[in-house]
Amino acid sequence: MSATVPVLTKKDFQTDQEVRWCPGCGDYAILSAVQSVFPELGIPREKFVVVSGIGCSSRFPYYMNTFGFHTIHGRAPAVATGIKVAHPELEVWVATGDGDSLSIGGNHTIHMLRRNVGIKVLMFNNRIYGLTKGQYSPTSEFGKKTKSTPFGSGARPFNPLALAIGAETTFVARSVDVMQQHLKETLKKAAAHKGAAYIEILQNCNIFNDGAWQYLTEKDARSEHIVQLEHGKPLIFGKNRDKGIRMNGLDLEVVQLGSGVSEHDLLIHDEQYRNPAYAFLLAKMEEMPGFPTPIGVLRSWNDVPRFEDIMANQVKDVVAKRGAGDIDKLLRSGDTWEVR
Amino acid sequence: MATITDAVESKPKRQVIERAVVRFCGDSGDGMQISGSQFTNTVALYGNDLATFPDFPAEIRAPAGTLPGVSGFQVQFSSSDVYTPGDAVDVLVAMNPAALKMNIKDLKKNEILIVNSDSFGENDLRKAHQATNPLEDHSLDAYRVFPVQLERLTQTALEELGLDAKSMNRCKNFFALGMCYWLYNRSMDHTYRWLDDKFKNKPLLAEANKRAMKAGYSYCEATEAFQVSYEIPPAKLAPGVYRNLSGNQALAMGFVVAAQKAGLQLFLGSYPITPASDILHELSGYKNFGVLTFQAEDEIAAITSAIGAAYSGALAMTTTSGPGMALKTEAMGLAVAVELPIVVCDIQRGGPSTGLPTKTEQADLLQAMFGRNSEAPIPILAPSTPGDCFWIALEASRIALKYMVPVIVLSDGYLANGAEPWRIPNLAEIPQIPVHFVTDPQGFLPYKRDPQTLARPWAIPGTPGLEHRIGGLEKQDVTGNVNYEPLNHEKMVRLRAAKVEAIGQDVPDVVPAGDPDGDLLIIGWGSTYGSITAALKAQRAAGHRIGHVHLRYLNPLPRNLGQVMERYSKVLVPEMNMGQLSMILRAKYLVDAEGYNKIQGQPFKQAELEAKIEEVLSYGAVGTGRNGR
Repeated sequence: MSATVPVLTKKDFQTDQEVRWCPGCGDYAILSAVQSVFPELGIPREKFVVVSGIGCSSRFPYYMNTFGFHTIHGRAPAVATGIKVAHPELEVWVATGDGDSLSIGGNHTIHMLRRNVGIKVLMFNNRIYGLTKGQYSPTSEFGKKTKSTPFGSGARPFNPLALAIGAETTFVARSVDVMQQHLKETLKKAAAHKGAAYIEILQNCNIFNDGAWQYLTEKDARSEHIVQLEHGKPLIFGKNRDKGIRMNGLDLEVVQLGSGVSEHDLLIHDEQYRNPAYAFLLAKMEEMPGFPTPIGVLRSWNDVPRFEDIMANQVKDVVAKRGAGDIDKLLRSGDTWEVR
Repeated sequence: MATITDAVESKPKRQVIERAVVRFCGDSGDGMQISGSQFTNTVALYGNDLATFPDFPAEIRAPAGTLPGVSGFQVQFSSSDVYTPGDAVDVLVAMNPAALKMNIKDLKKNEILIVNSDSFGENDLRKAHQATNPLEDHSLDAYRVFPVQLERLTQTALEELGLDAKSMNRCKNFFALGMCYWLYNRSMDHTYRWLDDKFKNKPLLAEANKRAMKAGYSYCEATEAFQVSYEIPPAKLAPGVYRNLSGNQALAMGFVVAAQKAGLQLFLGSYPITPASDILHELSGYKNFGVLTFQAEDEIAAITSAIGAAYSGALAMTTTSGPGMALKTEAMGLAVAVELPIVVCDIQRGGPSTGLPTKTEQADLLQAMFGRNSEAPIPILAPSTPGDCFWIALEASRIALKYMVPVIVLSDGYLANGAEPWRIPNLAEIPQIPVHFVTDPQGFLPYKRDPQTLARPWAIPGTPGLEHRIGGLEKQDVTGNVNYEPLNHEKMVRLRAAKVEAIGQDVPDVVPAGDPDGDLLIIGWGSTYGSITAALKAQRAAGHRIGHVHLRYLNPLPRNLGQVMERYSKVLVPEMNMGQLSMILRAKYLVDAEGYNKIQGQPFKQAELEAKIEEVLSYGAVGTGRNGR
């Protein structure tokens, strides 16, 4: 980081625009966390570009005093790819939601992730369409009753992180709107990652889907229902940190510590583990009865080249091999003849 | 570089003629496009003017020998000006009964038909749905038919090389090419060189094709089959260095030059689609010019990545055809709203839906004009010839960058694949394209406009102090802040329209070709240029007073167009659609423009246009034209 970077504060990342989310919306907490983390990254403010699609979450750029682009529904990853490929030195973040990222923008999301473009995606998952006033989303539970599914939805939900893992995303993480400290730490880890990062942020929509994550986030329930992943550390949870997760064959199992089971028997989290089965197991835990939901970094692979660097290097390599393009020669390439 | 005095051995019976039209047709696996383009390059190098028309099926390889699998390549070359590939054919090379059946109607009576008689067996005839053998049933009596055992003769010529039968058979198109070279007294040197280069790692195949071609040439010489050969002297083109160029190649090169003249990096976001993919292929090969090509996951990502690249300061573009245009419409609206410069190239093809992927049409004009939600005007340019695609690329880039707008270029399949001799410009004569990135935060507002162009400032990420937000929501004039006030919205809608209208100050006045006033004005756009020009010339020679305006700017239209139309009694608008430009002209100028519409996936023939001109001129004057009302 350059020594000339001025010291920035949270205030430097706030705009003069009135924030227009509903009072009590989880988005406020996410905005606050991002505005707190950006000044700590040692990056000049003008290098940040926040790109979004459509939806409540996608109003995010208007409230960030950086370069910002509120694009069209679902297309933020593609717009961001164009920005990042043309200018790899920029710090490009995408703010999106479950509908924007996983329904209308599903295709762009998986392709941006599989290319490993150095873009950080903050996916606000409230399991509902908020801005259109309450239809079921691609992450809504099976059978969910909403305005558009009065008799229950018949669609199985996406597991966003399993999808990201399936797309070979090099950084996959989950955090929670109301867990500010954890969210900030996760954002910092994402910022430090060079390649594509997909961060699911569990977020409450107190108007159309209030309490969507309550079973996890209620203060008393957190320690029982959430397991925090830490690289190199065993998977332990519970109010008294007395429960753990260990491998049993190809499955995971929850075990009680003590009575012959010690921390050494537990699964030690390795975010760099190459076998995708491991990250899938972690991603699928939230769907397994009796298991806590993991938050933190599920995967972090730092050795995969970034798309924008590959593109730029290809140009460099061809220039080195063929010499810088001579347009006059290009126009005269192939067979030519002279008329006098 | 070849000189125009190619050495050709002298032959006794040689007739000098002005022009000829040759068509190679066969199965899509028969190499007809290769034979055609080799013949074209050879006559181009000799100095003839020319125009080509490659016509091939959408299927890569339809079942061999069937009617849907027929592929053709036509070239007209001449010692004088050539505007079209020609209405009718002087020499038709047909490789099988299916090709013969599909193409014979275009061969002039008493002219030359070369057929591969080895492929007229029962099976071949059945696949072409031919009940009888046309070589025997006298259906070809009106033509000079030359049945040649192309397969057997090619095999004989290649037997020493030790190739398998399939490889030998694949050389028969070069036997036919050799025959055509003999017929028009052309040297085979250029094609020899091309084969050496093409097969530099497979010298045996180069040799085989050379031998096949030479055998075809010698066959004509030895058998004296044709009795007479032809010579078409070089054309009197404007002095300069020329090359042969297709419309898609020209667009690709034009954008590379535009980026250099603007001092910007060129970014192409594209998704493969016929007939636009060649632009992606060409530009992907130009990495040493710093060109970034991004093959996106879909048409929408192709344009939105270009918008992202434009936002961060590149000369950004996307290439597509009609179905892709449909997918890009929402993103084009975004580009209108955020006022960023991108160029959208639509290489039109027959529609609706998937339509006729390899056939030409001009039916996306109204889509380009109006095909977005709400009021979202976009400037539209259309090249007239393959070579003009180069200049249109430059002009589209210039307008996009000067006015901070998306620009649509409407080319079509006929321009994209057709080729013509193109005079290579002197780079120094092409003006720079001025670009200004704002850097001063003092007084910076994202929607503060240049009073003359109404362009907003281009403030790219990475510039300290210029952090700002843009988006698809309506914004306040000057500040760019989100704003839903009724009067502000109307102001912004009118401003965006005024900005496109302002481009009119850069659009040159039209000067009609032919007569400056008179009985009839023909207004065309796009690839109909050649056919209209040829028809105009013939009809004026017949004594009619006709003018021709060919619009390269379709939005905004040239400012004097209304006045020019008033100088003629009637206005005729030939288009390969149901009357889209004529609808615009009628709406805008209240002129009684008459459409002449052909929607067959094929360009206009000169004769068709001439007949229409005569018909229109024969009407009574009442109620048929502006002056006649």
